[in-house]
Amino acid sequence: MTQGTRRGDAGSGTTRRGFLGMTGAAAAGAGLLPFLKVLPVQAGASDTAVVVIGGTINSLDLHRTGTNRPSYEVAVNCYDRLVSFGTKTLPDGSLSYDYSQIVPELAESWDIAEDSITFHLKPAARFWDGTPVTAEDVRWSFERAVTVGGFPTVQMKAGLLEKPEQFEAVDEKTFKLHLLRPSKLTLPDLAVPVPFVINSKLAKAHATAKDPWAMDYLHKTTAGSGAFKVVRWDPGQQLVYERNDDWAGGPLPGLKRVIIREVPNPSNRRALLERGDVQVSFGMPDKDAQELARSGKVQVSSTPIENCINCVGLNYKFEPFRDSNVRKAVACAIPYQAIFETAAYGQGTPMWGGKPEIDSIAWPRPFPYDTDLDKAKEHMAKSGFASGFEVPFSISLGIDWMEPTALLIQESLAKIGIKTTIDKIPGANWRTASLVEKRLPLHLENFGGWLNYPCYYFYWTYEKGHLFNSSNYDNPEIETLVGETLDMQTSNPAYAPKIKRLFEIAIDDLPRIPLWQPALNVGTNGVSGYEYWFHRVPDVRGLKRS
Amino acid sequence: MAGRPKTILSRIAQALPVVVGVVIVTFLLTRALPGDPAVYFAGPSADQNSIAEVRAALGLDKPLPEQFILYVGQLLHGDLGQSISTGQPVAVELARRLPASLELTLLALLLSCSVAVPLGVLAATRPGSWVDHLCRVLVTAGVSLPTFFTGLALIYLFYYLLGLAPTPIGRLDFLYLEPERVTGFFLIDAALAGDWETWLGALRQIILPAITLGLFTLAPISRITRASMLQALSSDYVRTARAAGLTGRTVVYRYAFQNALLPVLTTLGMVFSFSLGANVLVEKVFAWPGIGSYAVDALVVSDYAAVQGFVLAMALLFVALNLAIDIAYTLVDPRIGFEKR
Repeated sequence: MTQGTRRGDAGSGTTRRGFLGMTGAAAAGAGLLPFLKVLPVQAGASDTAVVVIGGTINSLDLHRTGTNRPSYEVAVNCYDRLVSFGTKTLPDGSLSYDYSQIVPELAESWDIAEDSITFHLKPAARFWDGTPVTAEDVRWSFERAVTVGGFPTVQMKAGLLEKPEQFEAVDEKTFKLHLLRPSKLTLPDLAVPVPFVINSKLAKAHATAKDPWAMDYLHKTTAGSGAFKVVRWDPGQQLVYERNDDWAGGPLPGLKRVIIREVPNPSNRRALLERGDVQVSFGMPDKDAQELARSGKVQVSSTPIENCINCVGLNYKFEPFRDSNVRKAVACAIPYQAIFETAAYGQGTPMWGGKPEIDSIAWPRPFPYDTDLDKAKEHMAKSGFASGFEVPFSISLGIDWMEPTALLIQESLAKIGIKTTIDKIPGANWRTASLVEKRLPLHLENFGGWLNYPCYYFYWTYEKGHLFNSSNYDNPEIETLVGETLDMQTSNPAYAPKIKRLFEIAIDDLPRIPLWQPALNVGTNGVSGYEYWFHRVPDVRGLKRS
Repeated sequence: MAGRPKTILSRIAQALPVVVGVVIVTFLLTRALPGDPAVYFAGPSADQNSIAEVRAALGLDKPLPEQFILYVGQLLHGDLGQSISTGQPVAVELARRLPASLELTLLALLLSCSVAVPLGVLAATRPGSWVDHLCRVLVTAGVSLPTFFTGLALIYLFYYLLGLAPTPIGRLDFLYLEPERVTGFFLIDAALAGDWETWLGALRQIILPAITLGLFTLAPISRITRASMLQALSSDYVRTARAAGLTGRTVVYRYAFQNALLPVLTTLGMVFSFSLGANVLVEKVFAWPGIGSYAVDALVVSDYAAVQGFVLAMALLFVALNLAIDIAYTLVDPRIGFEKR
């Protein structure tokens, strides 16, 4: 009987292996961490916090195909990069990362030469298994990021990190990055979540001929040197971080254990936060942020998302929108204030009614248009479409601010003779229709760039054929200006005039009409130290109980 | 009765064409869905090249017939494929999520039956009385209140205002570790392990969602119980029984109720299947890691393998359910049997 059972087990070897591989990480974590015995004592303790998110973490490896945005937080909290950004205090007293300041993380210093950057790794930096972080680990991880394809490769390319030959491990602790050409984007691009450093010896031990980059292993296990390790991951439910007390990348985090819990319903997230059962609600809806900030029961940080604008796209493929007067008429007809209050609940920064003269290169900048129906009618009368026209107005069903915005614009456009029908596109189809096929005549769009430069925004949204140029806009002068400014240091005297020229063209040509700069809303109750980051996932390293 | 195992086997064999049909139809339907998973999973700031790379990685660059043959080949090996959105094998995910949904649905049905059946019987035996009116009010409320509303209202009252219910965040609070997996039903597994603390924790988590779902299923069950009881009570055999001087109790429970059970059983089967579907809203509200929210999330992002796996699992479940109900018929009413056919 017993023998029979054993044989049965061996026979089902494949399924058992799959099952063990799946649960290996979680089981090991569970072994380290007898929840029931330990947590009730510690639940209210000073070193544990619970963060609720609305999305779901679908992988522990950012480089994997199909890894979604919420999963990027694992790369942030569990892995180190060579460098990171500093911290600054915003005018409202909340904390934000500081784009202008690159600080050490794994590298203690770096020398910038004409054609290369040499990084010197921290001698104390160790992976969780105790082995030192070496230049070879950095090289292997970077080569992985530029080789696996998909999003990581694109993001590396944005910083001119394209070929494996660019990465050289000079010795144990010296890593040399060969530059294709000098660019201001390279160093900041090393501080985004993508180029994280993996324990390559451990990863290679789990690599196979079919899977040379250990994608299967790192998908379910973290192998890094970061501030936190994942001790438990129940996909679709929760992720539990435990602090790495030997972290060399920065100051020791204030929390010993952080639980990331997925709660899809926003009302429940709000109730949990208000009751104090969770300490952080990340990415709250604008409505909740507005109401909770007013009630004063919990701390709410609403940070305008850098380099991100919610805007109306006018597609140049659609005949009437080729007419400059029509585009200006639309820009003057949009009820900006009403949209900002209804769709964004006043969270974020207005992007209308700006000064006409361009005196700075601050971006996003309010365009000099405001709601003025008379002016809009004048523009329509001057255009070749004085009698008006009909156009579908496309929005995504999956993005909550779009519907109220579209309804308000629809009402206003009707007054100047533009008849619109709202065309709701399912979430899965939205990117294909708006960004890949670029076939939507009138639509809403919201690109946000990780690298905080206006030229980077223009690169993605105004250059011909680029993904977020959903308006099919094509202007050779923009191409030239973006090409010239993208790599140029901002301190270069030629930079500001060229950027101002870009703004001028964008304001006059209006392929995209900015509405407002959206905000990232985070509520905290019982913890301090929350810091806004461009990647818009929770960085739990700075949190501490208050 | 002797031929039962054989007939069960033949019923399963009859279900095979259904399953084959389901496989073909779901494969074609998922491909006909709007949306391009390659674009979706290429992520933000992907360009044409990386979209093409992702398409090749997902095997979506191959012609449809070839994709289908690959899919069927995997199925025959018991492999439902890999979900791209959750990053887990579909079979593993379903095995984990199906028990969560089943546990919730079964408990909800148990709750609602224990209320609805007595209520229906009482309403039928005392038409026009306060019990009858209560039955009517409950039924109307249960049907007209959408489940997500009932769920949110219950959370607001019992968690937010009164603080009686635990945090509505899934099957177990942070404090507990999942019981060792035997059936996947936490209440059963915790009881088997003798871990009563976790059992209580799991029970506290499941009560509110189960009541929410139970309220929704109350209506059809109590309506059918009442109607079929009324019919049975006015039938000839009950009149005869009464005329023969049997007590009211025996007449109602022994003769009328047993005969009224058949339509109730049929309705139960239907209610079970639609409440597994209606689960989605309850699951979303209570962050319940069930099969409904899995399927909806997969559909939204055109995650082919996950959708196909879900539909297939449901099809198999319904084949099993129908079989179970047919067998239950023969137990309730010996006149019905497989042998007759």
